[in-house]
Amino acid sequence: MAVMSYLGAIGAAQREAMEADERVVIIGEDVEANVYGTTGAGKSRKDKGDFLEMFGSNRIRNTPISEEVIVGAAAGAAMTGLRPIVDLSYSSFLYMAMDQFVNQVAKNRYMFGGQASMPVVFRSAMFYGLNTGAHHSDRPYPMFMNVPGLKIMVPASPSDAKGLLRTAVDLDDPVLTFEACPLWGLKEEVSEEEYRIPFGVGRVAREGSDVTIVAISSAVPESVAAAEALQAEGISAEVIDPRTLVPLDVDLILGSVARTGRLVVADPAHRTCGAAAEISAIVAEEAFDSLRAPIVRVATPDTQIPFSPALEKQLYPSRDGIAAAVRRVLGARPLIDAGV
Amino acid sequence: MALDRETLLQMQRRMLRIRHFDERASKMVKRGQIPGTVHTSIGQEAQVVGACMALGDGDYMSGNHRSHGHPIGKGSPLGPLMAELVGKGTGVCGGKGGSLHLADFAVGSLGESGIVGSSIPIATGAALSAKVLGNGRVSLAFFGDGAANQGCLYEAMNLAGSWDLPVIFLCENNQYALSTPAHTVTSGVIAERAAGFGIAGVRVEDGQDVLAVYDATRTAVERARRGEGPTLIEVVTYRFHEHSEGLRLGTDYRDAAEKEAWLERDPIVLFRQHLVADGVATDAELDALEAEVIAEVDEAVAFTDASPFPDPSVAFADLYTEPTPLRVAATLRGAS
Repeated sequence: MAVMSYLGAIGAAQREAMEADERVVIIGEDVEANVYGTTGAGKSRKDKGDFLEMFGSNRIRNTPISEEVIVGAAAGAAMTGLRPIVDLSYSSFLYMAMDQFVNQVAKNRYMFGGQASMPVVFRSAMFYGLNTGAHHSDRPYPMFMNVPGLKIMVPASPSDAKGLLRTAVDLDDPVLTFEACPLWGLKEEVSEEEYRIPFGVGRVAREGSDVTIVAISSAVPESVAAAEALQAEGISAEVIDPRTLVPLDVDLILGSVARTGRLVVADPAHRTCGAAAEISAIVAEEAFDSLRAPIVRVATPDTQIPFSPALEKQLYPSRDGIAAAVRRVLGARPLIDAGV
Repeated sequence: MALDRETLLQMQRRMLRIRHFDERASKMVKRGQIPGTVHTSIGQEAQVVGACMALGDGDYMSGNHRSHGHPIGKGSPLGPLMAELVGKGTGVCGGKGGSLHLADFAVGSLGESGIVGSSIPIATGAALSAKVLGNGRVSLAFFGDGAANQGCLYEAMNLAGSWDLPVIFLCENNQYALSTPAHTVTSGVIAERAAGFGIAGVRVEDGQDVLAVYDATRTAVERARRGEGPTLIEVVTYRFHEHSEGLRLGTDYRDAAEKEAWLERDPIVLFRQHLVADGVATDAELDALEAEVIAEVDEAVAFTDASPFPDPSVAFADLYTEPTPLRVAATLRGAS
């Protein structure tokens, strides 16, 4: 075990994957200089070397800022024997390559009747909550959940980031990983051994019995903090981190709701057609009888992301907002407890 | 480049396969036997076959919406292609692609794209994999004059030029993007755009001459295999049919005299004359070759007719590697 940051864990997974399989290559913007600390063993080349030194310029390549051909070429390379990991910097830049994601990456295996294999991972960082304004702050995973053929991971901890990324590189399906910049500073003990976390298997981040909070990405630590605060009020909240949105661990969510009878979904994406909307719909369709209160979503309101800290901070799911939502779904409880 | 008799006759055979395959497909569209939309390569056979035959068996290519000819030119058997056009389970894509999305990985055909220009980055990526793996393969992207104005082409040319990727960008300039004359929406000469990226560019003025296209492509393939990077080839050609089969436009966007002049330059007739004049084959031998091809197309149609449509459950296969729980499918199945 070693203490790793979120980015350090991603770097460790990338190094393991590069060492394990020569078909793994890393292409993207600024990957050679290890700008984000995910393509080197340490913080600098002097420290423990970087991937350019370790693996050579054939397997790690800086690209031009040309998202459309980066994504399409990675797909074409994946269809012909490589297993690329693509660094697209920020998630707001994915739209530049939307045609390639939607029409090529997601569809080629299907429309060619299974002839195409698509072992490629697209990494991007959701740079929200950091005062970069509307062109860097998107959390666009729900848009991609709407595209059958893609798999989507949203790791919320360093150890999950490492284990999920190893699985992603092994998969023969295209994976988009959305890394949350608000989590970059997280540090925890992470195994230095190779391990893989399967897709479609969520994690119970905190056990509880009164309400289920399904939390996504940076909403996970906020939800855990909310649950801890609620404990003092006698409320026992279970926090579930699905870890991957496609495939989604529906059974874990339904099982929890069956026990608690209440659901809050905390999702940093926009409210309309967000991941929270989909999870809410599934629970409403399949566990309606278990519900003792309406489902409440805590999501980012349907506005664009403003620059000023005075404006931006209020928008994302916070521990206070999540706790308030839990109190709302438990609204009838004090009366019952009082025997009224 | 001097080619042996077998290769020359193979060129004629593949051009004839495309012609008769597409003529049959055109008839089947009119009879309602092929659903959806179909774009034929009739008139462009020399350009397709000249390029495909300059590639090796292990080389890759990507296509576009007008792409029946590409896998045929690379050697695909006709039966699974025709079955795909009809939507049969024995189709080369199991009935999930259709005319717009043929692919035959067995011959290096990485697939057509119904999105104009969208497969150019795919072919570029195949060249990247060839370079990284060092397997000596090259990749060729077929696209039209319409796609020549898509941004992804220039992103791809820049990347391929920067990394010396073994890729050929082959523009099939049939002079019209549906009804829009290319010269009215295209600034400058397409082939000359290569210069801006420091890569080789060549224009084949007579795309009805299969040998001219072959020579230009062969030169580009050899350059790519030597590690000297990409080439942009623009081939000037003409489609003999309408943009898509059954399409009836109220405007004659193509000048009658222009059309007549190009129809006179049928690439299959021209090459046949060349083969006879050069003593490569007699008229009788070429008649026999054409009869064989017609029989092949008949067989492909018979294979198609005898093939079953896919089971409805196939709609849920091949989206991911199996097994991946597909919730939508489960719900649908449960409800039915």
